[in-house]
Amino acid sequence: MNKSVFLGALTVAGIAAGAAAAGTLDDVKARGKLNCGVTTGLVGFAAPNANGEWEGFDVAVCRAVAAAVLGDSTAVEFVPTTGKTRFTALASGEIDMLARNTTWTFSRDVDLKFEFTGVNYYDGQGFMVPKDLGVSSAKELDGATVCIQTGTTTELNLADFFRSNNISYEPVPIETNAEAQQQYLAGACDVYTTDASGLAATRATFDDPAGHVLLPEIISKEPLGPLVRHGDHEWGDVVRWTLNALITAEELGVTSANLAEMSAGTNNPEINRLLGTEGTLGEMLGLSADWAKNAIASGGNYGEVFAKNIGEDTPIGLARGLNAQWTEGGLLYSPPFR
Amino acid sequence: MSTLSDPPQEQFRLSMLVNDTRYRSLTFQAIAALLLALSIWYLGNNLIQNLRAAGLNISYDFLGNPAGYDINQRLVEYDNQDSHGRAALVGILNTLLVAFLACITATIFGVIAGVLRLSNNWLVSKLMAVYVEIFRNIPVLIWIIIIFTIMTAALPGPRAFRGDDPASTMVLDLFAFTNRGVYIPMPWFESGIFASAALNWLLVLAVLVGSFVATRKIEAWASHKQEETGVRPKTLFMVLGVWLVPFLLLMVIMGLSWEVPALKGFNFQGGIKIGGPLIALWFALSIYTGAFIAENVRAGIQAISKGQTEAAAALGLRPGRIMNLVVLPQALRVIIPPLISQYLNITKNSSLAIAVGYADITATLGGITLNQTGRAIECVLLLMLFYLTASLVISMVMNVYNASVKLKER
Repeated sequence: MNKSVFLGALTVAGIAAGAAAAGTLDDVKARGKLNCGVTTGLVGFAAPNANGEWEGFDVAVCRAVAAAVLGDSTAVEFVPTTGKTRFTALASGEIDMLARNTTWTFSRDVDLKFEFTGVNYYDGQGFMVPKDLGVSSAKELDGATVCIQTGTTTELNLADFFRSNNISYEPVPIETNAEAQQQYLAGACDVYTTDASGLAATRATFDDPAGHVLLPEIISKEPLGPLVRHGDHEWGDVVRWTLNALITAEELGVTSANLAEMSAGTNNPEINRLLGTEGTLGEMLGLSADWAKNAIASGGNYGEVFAKNIGEDTPIGLARGLNAQWTEGGLLYSPPFR
Repeated sequence: MSTLSDPPQEQFRLSMLVNDTRYRSLTFQAIAALLLALSIWYLGNNLIQNLRAAGLNISYDFLGNPAGYDINQRLVEYDNQDSHGRAALVGILNTLLVAFLACITATIFGVIAGVLRLSNNWLVSKLMAVYVEIFRNIPVLIWIIIIFTIMTAALPGPRAFRGDDPASTMVLDLFAFTNRGVYIPMPWFESGIFASAALNWLLVLAVLVGSFVATRKIEAWASHKQEETGVRPKTLFMVLGVWLVPFLLLMVIMGLSWEVPALKGFNFQGGIKIGGPLIALWFALSIYTGAFIAENVRAGIQAISKGQTEAAAALGLRPGRIMNLVVLPQALRVIIPPLISQYLNITKNSSLAIAVGYADITATLGGITLNQTGRAIECVLLLMLFYLTASLVISMVMNVYNASVKLKER
């Protein structure tokens, strides 16, 4: 009898270990909460506000997915991750999705077995220096000491850039953005390099933002986007099309202001399909018919999320640039809802 | 008539495994070993199956691929086109360097503080008590960060040295103390005997070792003479000559000169740079572990009976010599075993290096390489292997030393 109990326990444990791998959508629905990995704090992208509620550009993606799946944009458990812990957290199932300005690269997609579900911000790596250093180009940085966040693609880009320009530098590896900021302001490094959006966000928190300049060189392509585990395609589709819904909503002029009016039915069939008054797109995803409507209601369409968190009227002050709709010369181009 | 019967035959029955005290403990040990093996097998099997389910495998091929990142402190040649394996080697050397330096200074701090804590001078002993209690009761990570933060905030940046009327100047025009590290002049040879600098330094080392051996010979000769005649010949000048003459001669032949650091571009160039992270880590590990060693030293000294001190004093020895010749040699027997643990702690605590951006093995192999390749299990296994090996080697060396000082029983 004792033996069978022991073997039974082994079997149960084995099944439990195996089951964690598949069916994230069902897991999230059963749990009633989405576990979403974000940064440990980067103002504008993901940081807790004065009330302790997470907000930001990446946070909005998490909230939209939670709204689409569970109908409640607050049903999110935000899990702060560092550059080093993020992939382990996702691979181990601790989080359901990662929205942490993570660059989509070949090896992360193929070798690390993740699935990038789209791009929510087209970025590139830049350099920030104090204005009084008198540097106007990254090519003048020969011999400089450079603060970098360790465990990111920026580390490799930086090595490539200095190597291809035949100049030298001294790296100072740093774990988090906050520490990097402290080191940079103390003068322990001449230059701080990371994604240009992150630099702008960091500079916005300085006492004297005007005393620091971003150099014109953008030395890499950094398509940032949410990602999920490889192999769970249903869940990947949910995250991918939630992001696409936000982008399409902007393209079609659906905003949080006119959402109620639009979802009563319009004479544009694509809007009707998106908002669930026509067709069965929600059902195909395994979600309710008004999934996209909920997602858009959680924080507005892509343009509204951008303007509210990192746009030109915020302290971070990023222009749309590459992140404008394709109809306005940008790269945002969602496949059709059909 | 009597019947002779055989003594009851000792027959082994299965129930004896539980009922017979001779076998019972063996039975339970076997069961425990079996359970342990089963659970290890289960965990390992679980790992392999989950990896397979996720389409991953265990492979160390990545160690041969180009690392692609730079490391700021290199004891061997390394650039970003070298392999991950080489980057790991750079990290290993950095770990060993800081551990070695910290073991030496922690021992010095510890012995001084431990001896002074027993001082009759009230102020000195209380100051040492405060040192020990403050430093060993605050986590070492905090000390590392505090020291590094103070260094970066208090010392000037290289920019402060620039201009006609700089805010900071170099000490004696030789040393530069900046918030990125300390720059000191570097000796080099203008007319070295060998082309490679490393070989020249090996030659210097060989000469010094030669002097050491010669000194031992001289001392042995002096002791021999003393035993024969009762008068110990004066050896001071001979020893000085044996050390200085060959060394100075070699320096003159090889043309010793000094490369003084100078501000060029963004940073000081030339000379030897002792990076801020190394200093912070080294100093923090030293004072933190030094506090523990001080307690070991105090325990060792107090374990020596007061009669030893009194007997030595009765023979007319001065207090300093009593400590050096009578008390400390005996106290070492008590001090060494816990000292081994402290050395192991220093080596393992050096893995906190990443907090200040020091590129040790945990930061290179266990940090950047792990991240860029995603080979978490492989990297962590390698890390475990390295720390285990390093600790066992330290332990072995110290145990050999311990065996040499322990009480010889005949």
